[in-house]
Amino acid sequence: MNPEFFVISLLNGFSYGLLLFMLSSGLTLIFSMMGVLNFAHTSFYMLGAYFAYSLSGSIGFWPALVLAPLLVGVMGALFERYCLRRVHKFGHVPELLVTFGLSYLVLELVQLVWGRSTVPYGLPPLLQGPLFTLYGTQFPRSRSFIMLVALLMLLAVWLVLTRTRIGLVIQAALKHPQMVEALGHNVPRVFMLVFGGGCALAGLAGVIGGNTYITEPAMAASVGSIIFVVVVVGGMGSLAGAFLASLLIGIVQTFAVALDYSLAGALAHVGVQVGEGSVGWPVLKLTISQVAPMLPYLLLVLILILRPKGLLGTRED
Amino acid sequence: MQRTMKTIAFGAMLVAAGAAFAQKGETVKIAWIDPLSGLMAALGTNQMKSWQYLAEEFSKNNAAGVKFEIIPIDNKLSPQETTAALRSAMDQGVRYVAQGDGSGPALAIVDALEKHNARNKGKEVLYLNYAAVDPDLTNSKCSYWHFRLDADTSMKMEALTTYMKDLPDVKKVYLINQNYSHGQQVSKYAKEMLKRKRADVEIVGDDLAPLAQVRDFAPYVAKIKQSGADSVITGNWGSDLALLIKAANDAGLSNVKFYTYYAVATGAPTALGAAAAGKVYMVGYSHPNHEGPINAIVRGYKAKINDDMYTGSIYHGFAMLTEAFQRAKSTDPVKVAAVMDGMKFNSFNGEVEMRKTDHQLQQGLYITRWEKAGGKYPLDAENTGYTFVPVKYYEPYVASTPTSCQMKRPS
Repeated sequence: MNPEFFVISLLNGFSYGLLLFMLSSGLTLIFSMMGVLNFAHTSFYMLGAYFAYSLSGSIGFWPALVLAPLLVGVMGALFERYCLRRVHKFGHVPELLVTFGLSYLVLELVQLVWGRSTVPYGLPPLLQGPLFTLYGTQFPRSRSFIMLVALLMLLAVWLVLTRTRIGLVIQAALKHPQMVEALGHNVPRVFMLVFGGGCALAGLAGVIGGNTYITEPAMAASVGSIIFVVVVVGGMGSLAGAFLASLLIGIVQTFAVALDYSLAGALAHVGVQVGEGSVGWPVLKLTISQVAPMLPYLLLVLILILRPKGLLGTRED
Repeated sequence: MQRTMKTIAFGAMLVAAGAAFAQKGETVKIAWIDPLSGLMAALGTNQMKSWQYLAEEFSKNNAAGVKFEIIPIDNKLSPQETTAALRSAMDQGVRYVAQGDGSGPALAIVDALEKHNARNKGKEVLYLNYAAVDPDLTNSKCSYWHFRLDADTSMKMEALTTYMKDLPDVKKVYLINQNYSHGQQVSKYAKEMLKRKRADVEIVGDDLAPLAQVRDFAPYVAKIKQSGADSVITGNWGSDLALLIKAANDAGLSNVKFYTYYAVATGAPTALGAAAAGKVYMVGYSHPNHEGPINAIVRGYKAKINDDMYTGSIYHGFAMLTEAFQRAKSTDPVKVAAVMDGMKFNSFNGEVEMRKTDHQLQQGLYITRWEKAGGKYPLDAENTGYTFVPVKYYEPYVASTPTSCQMKRPS
């Protein structure tokens, strides 16, 4: 592996990891507050992309970058206020089912409104083309923009949570909701804000992820499982954990693609020759690059076995 | 006496006419079994509409005088759902079934029909395969009831490598495919045929990525770049192709040519855009601006449905059926199959032959390149302003590949 390839892969891994973080930060916030895993979280990601696609047609990309996440956030808040809150009193399972149902509803709605195929949601002129060229490989501006937005977002969320009054209330409501309510704060409204905020973050990821990758009805399902891995590996409810896990998964996946090592090769190295006729050849011939997309799930299983609370999680229950 | 003779003669004429046009005015139902939900829904929907549109057009006026009706059933791309869909179609009295997306469902249909047709004499069902290209379907697993209208993986690779062997720039080839039967076959045939035709060409990479799971192809593109490849051969389709090309454009992989199978299908043209002009090739039996009767179909489809009609094999299907109905003077699948077995007929790309030994349609293949639309090639793909322009045409015998099929024919 030469240095050129190493640096480019590292950058690719970082930008993908940071996009994952934008998605999972909202999810982990919502989970830590309300104890409910929002299955519809990536649906809000998809809505962000589709809203931005429609809005950028009329008002341009940059206003859409602000407006689309806000719109998604409002929808999330309304969903929490009029749906999730009513179901809340019946326990966690109904809550889970409601978000599960919502994810299907959003998927069908998106297909009805925008159709089943990909929409031509392109990058604005300012984000097209390379930002810099490294050893002859261009690093696209769109990816750099994802990294920038994700880092700014991390900073903003951290500042809000630790340096503002509402942030302190949120943190307090996280651990002791009854106490906070007794002190006169409107905890349900805080929940609504957090849910809306989390959805807006997913929407923001959609706005910039949609045109960097692709905007289609399957985009929600395609990242759905991976962000649950991020949240579990990072530790349920831990923002820093989600950040670490996102980068870890992004980089592991990127580098695994480059590794063409297989068990058959390893056996050949120690002097055991295996060929097409050998027992278990279909497994032996698999290279690490072929199983790259599987690695996050392997990590999930290992973490659950070895460290159930996640890398930086604090919850023991 | 004379009058009686006249009556008899007239009656005989009537009978003769009746026999000659027994199929006239009949409605032939074709069950279309392909995905209308899930990741491949966009592609399936386009093809379903293509079948319906062509059925309408052929019903208006065809030499056999029959009407066509399409009964679409969603198979969710799963072989199991396909078998259930097939059963429900047969319960509705359907005798013709069409399927194309994925060789898994195709094998399930072949399997089910072999059993059904052996056990239910007089209720036989025919299978028109318009896009499933696994060579096994016309080799080790060939069936008398299966008729393939597309060109299979080996034929397309034959044409593609014949084109590539004359390009001196092609020195290092990178293979990237989806990790399932189709992708593995593409990789296998590419290695085999390049070795035979251009032994000096080096295969610098052979990647198999999971089907419809990868969102970020940048790592693969970095790998292609590092390998120093000048050409990439890929059988990828759908999002797997669109995202690969997009990532290559982003990374500025400008000196690498892509040789593809399905770059014209839903989603991919939008991802190609202007950046890929002149760099992406495709092998296929048609192109968006093919002259002849299909041109009006493509234009009419665009005007009516505002989408691209790129599945020309559907035209083969209707052309083959109407010709066979005429010759068999019937729409009974058993008689029709006997006629189609080895039949030569005219389709939009000239005379084609349904080869008797394996029921693989023998047809010419085009190598096309992604270029700006206009001039002789005005129709673009997905309103991008770009289209696939033919750069080379290969006669059927060039792309023809041998078969190992030992077909069991009904006695």
